[in-house]
Amino acid sequence: MDVPARLAAVAERLTASLGRSAVISDPAELGTYSCDGLARYAVNPGLVVLPETTEQVVEVVRACREADLPFVARGSGTGLSGGALPRSDGVLVVTSRMRRILEVDLAAECAVVEPGVINLAISREVSPAQYHYAPDPSSQQVCSIGGNVAENSGGAHCLKYGFTAHHVTGLEVVTPDGDVVWLGGGKCRQAPGYDLLGVFIGSEGTLGIATKVVVRLLPTQESVETVLAAFPDMSSAGAAVGAIIGAGITPAAIEMMDALSIEAAEQAVACEYPVGAGAVLIVELDGPAGDVAAELAAVRGHCERAGAFELRQAADDAERAEIWKGRKSAFAAVGRISPDYIVQDGVIPRTALPEVLADIAELSERTGIRVANVFHAGDGNLHPLVLYDESVPGQGDAAEEVSGAILDLCVRHGGSITGEHGVGVDKAKYLPRMFTDADLDTMQLVRCAFDPGHRCNPGKVFPTPRLCGEIPRRGTTPHPAQAAGLAEAF
Amino acid sequence: MGVLEDLRRVVGEDGARLAESGDRVAEVPPRWVVAPTSTEQVGRVLRIAGEHDLHVVVRGSGTKLHWGAPPSAAELLLDMSRLGGVVEHAAGDLVAIVRAGTPLRDVQAALARSGQRLPLDEMLPGATIGGVVSAGTAGPLRLRFGTPRDQVIGVTMVRADGVTAHSGGKVVKNVAGYDLGRLFAGSYGTLGVLTEVAVKLAPVPEARAFVTRPVRTPAEVRDLTTRIREAKIGPVGMEVECPVPENYRRGGTVLRTAPDPDSMVLLLEGPADGVRERADRAVEALGTDTTVSTRPPTWWGRYPFGPDDVALQVVTPVGQLFGPVYSLRDAAREIPVRIFCSPAAGVLHAGVPGGTDPDRVARIVEAVRTVAISHGGYCQVLAAPPAVRAELDLWGPIDALGLMRAVKHEFDPAGRLAPGRFVGGI
Ligand SMILES: Cc1cc2nc3c(=O)[nH]c(=O)nc-3n(C[C@H](O)[C@H](O)[C@H](O)COP(=O)(O)OP(=O)(O)OC[C@H]3O[C@@H](n4cnc5c(N)ncnc54)[C@H](O)[C@@H]3O)c2cc1C
Ligand SMILES: Cc1cc2nc3c(=O)[nH]c(=O)nc-3n(C[C@H](O)[C@H](O)[C@H](O)COP(=O)(O)OP(=O)(O)OC[C@H]3O[C@@H](n4cnc5c(N)ncnc54)[C@H](O)[C@@H]3O)c2cc1C
Repeated sequence: MDVPARLAAVAERLTASLGRSAVISDPAELGTYSCDGLARYAVNPGLVVLPETTEQVVEVVRACREADLPFVARGSGTGLSGGALPRSDGVLVVTSRMRRILEVDLAAECAVVEPGVINLAISREVSPAQYHYAPDPSSQQVCSIGGNVAENSGGAHCLKYGFTAHHVTGLEVVTPDGDVVWLGGGKCRQAPGYDLLGVFIGSEGTLGIATKVVVRLLPTQESVETVLAAFPDMSSAGAAVGAIIGAGITPAAIEMMDALSIEAAEQAVACEYPVGAGAVLIVELDGPAGDVAAELAAVRGHCERAGAFELRQAADDAERAEIWKGRKSAFAAVGRISPDYIVQDGVIPRTALPEVLADIAELSERTGIRVANVFHAGDGNLHPLVLYDESVPGQGDAAEEVSGAILDLCVRHGGSITGEHGVGVDKAKYLPRMFTDADLDTMQLVRCAFDPGHRCNPGKVFPTPRLCGEIPRRGTTPHPAQAAGLAEAF
Repeated sequence: MGVLEDLRRVVGEDGARLAESGDRVAEVPPRWVVAPTSTEQVGRVLRIAGEHDLHVVVRGSGTKLHWGAPPSAAELLLDMSRLGGVVEHAAGDLVAIVRAGTPLRDVQAALARSGQRLPLDEMLPGATIGGVVSAGTAGPLRLRFGTPRDQVIGVTMVRADGVTAHSGGKVVKNVAGYDLGRLFAGSYGTLGVLTEVAVKLAPVPEARAFVTRPVRTPAEVRDLTTRIREAKIGPVGMEVECPVPENYRRGGTVLRTAPDPDSMVLLLEGPADGVRERADRAVEALGTDTTVSTRPPTWWGRYPFGPDDVALQVVTPVGQLFGPVYSLRDAAREIPVRIFCSPAAGVLHAGVPGGTDPDRVARIVEAVRTVAISHGGYCQVLAAPPAVRAELDLWGPIDALGLMRAVKHEFDPAGRLAPGRFVGGI
């Protein structure tokens, strides 16, 4: 049978077992699911299914296996690397009907949730008991826990609290063969055997579909202090960050914005950051009150000595939200100062910040493409926003080039091509700049163990799929899919 | 060509030798010992092992190779002691890259010069960073910092077929590619040989305080754990010593001299003023018998077992440890079982004297495991004397064993690395 016939057969089978409302095959409706947060890549899925239970996910995955069709999991579709880009010859498994918080176990400081549960919903549920779920991506009002697991998502506060990998202790997973297994320790913090949980988290949906997630809950801190510091330029702000970290202080978050991104935020949300600032820092400290008081005094001192001309300290939660408003809106805000933009995500060793900033400025000057800089400054995670105008011929390509060159800068300084948005389809071609063929081949050994049939989100992350069970040839010519460019691989 | 000659061509005359009795891995005597000095040499050594069809076991500092199951074959012992040293310490980035054979103590000494540390406890004096990561062992600091898998940000490893590979990098935030560091942590050397590890660091805190409170029952421990949580004292470690009965002595040494009740100890770290204030609050919350000291008790950061004992590890959801503690005491009765537990992390270690009748040990393990499992937990025998080990299922039931076997098969299809050492006969 050819692909359309197999898709039709699967649609029929799943309509019978899951019900009509759980299966979408109407071309117009399929279009709704053609892309995730990275709209540059778009493909209509062959079929969309909306399972409600683990058993239904099993049924979908088995149907795909038997029909030899690929499948892709999708949470809320906010991913920024095309990880949830569907396959025209496959099934998109959407978790939006799996949104129940199954259990909150405060004694064990954890919760068991379905994969479609929205990140912020967990903290909302447990905040009356003075608990929260720590990883807080800026998209937390919409992104799903399943997506967070797949991307190992971070957030502004991961400097102190770590990423999804540090806050998920157990996963129920439907394997690419359609078996249900538990990875990790469940409600326990550790378990005997290989840490398959650890490698599943961050595998971008290529090792199976998570159907239950056990998350750790942290007690809310006694005290939180937030300071906004305005500096004349980026280098003095960078010096303040170095001094704070160098003094042995681990803030919950340190965020930095440059003049251009401040200007955008000002226009978008009137955040009223100090006039004339060439850079602002947001420093948040949390912990026991006495410790926070001591660290706050030290942080203020470091900022002043580095040249801060204004310090604002939030007096309450409302003022804290006011300070964060500009930062949290930064991505969308650049829409005010530029018709089109690319959100880049790269990492450098924090100490390389001054050099890398100078290089980005130079790059920007040479190409005439403006770059607004927003950083998780504490851990060196850069989010340069590359601004361009699609209607000006050549600008789109030039922006792409600048965006790619920034990744090269990151790699050259010993950093990474992605700190939190993942590789997906978008950066598969850049992965070889960080890793050798042997490195990528070794990572794919895990892939072969989980998904020898290569049905689970194929074509993502790795530029060249490994043929499972075979010894790769050394120094081979690029795989046809790669030579053709990745978008055409679908 | 002979194995020894082949090995010496790679590592030099003094880098390879015939094995001696002291090189035994559990009861298994290897035939050759090879000590490479670089990742590249490890690769060539593993290729030679492949050519001669040898099974390989990696030795870190070599002091505790007896745990896990004994390998079913181990002709070649790969000694990491010449593959040591700190490659890079980027103090400003709170990151270090260390060769796997470096003793943890040496790593800490190097970092301390910049006021930094790797926030892992040295549970066994002399342990190497490769051994600690491969064994996945952690001590009291796990409460705040987790286990080695949480500290590792990049690895260089050599696969069974001699191919060298990396994952991660030297920045703390990085989601490019699969994270093989987490997979290798706790894999007991069965997937490949770690040669370099990049770790994230933490500052050495300005002040530390140990707060000690006597406790009488496991249920009291549970209640106090809740009280501490509510008082927002923020300990980075919380340990309870559950000592053996007073009269227990072995080999002329008194194993415990503390007064009757068990003791619960909290470690507070941070700015001096903050720590002082929190210690005061801890005393207020925990009652008048509570004392504060700047020094740890002697048992802090140690295991409750010696090299010849049966070593148990029980893990449960936080708040559920008291069940296994009661069942251990019940099942052990007159046998002096020493227990240390980390109630806020849900981890317990216990030592049953090595001379205990194997049947008896099996029954104790069975009893505790049943309770642990009923609370959603695990009971694992980390190490045991050969006669006892023969009577035991070391790991108990394991989830996803099929996938684990598949992973092992992909990484080491010929079963060359420490065969039989790990869960399910991996
Ligand atoms: C405005 C904005 C701000 C953002 N800020 C941040 C940020 O601060 N930090 C950050 O880390 N990210 C951020 N992101 C990126 C994105 O929100 C995260 O990657 C998020 O985790 C994606 O979740 P999702 O539910 O939208 O997943 P999707 O986009 O639907 O899918 C993402 C990947 O997860 C896989 N997947 C989804 N569900 C499952 C499942 N149940 N099992 C297995 N695989 C699954 C998909 O196949 C895909 O590969 C931001 C995005 C936007 C649009
Ligand atoms: C059962 C058990 C008992 C213990 N007993 C004690 C005790 O009594 N007291 C105490 O203080 N601590 C003890 N420990 C702690 C533990 O031994 C140490 O933390 C550490 O693992 C020893 O380091 P090492 O360098 O000696 O490693 P080794 O003992 O030499 O090796 C540990 C394991 O890691 C593997 N390995 C070592 N290096 C590498 C590498 N580079 N690449 C791949 N694999 C490698 C080995 O093959 C082996 O499986 C015990 C741990 C366990 C699990």
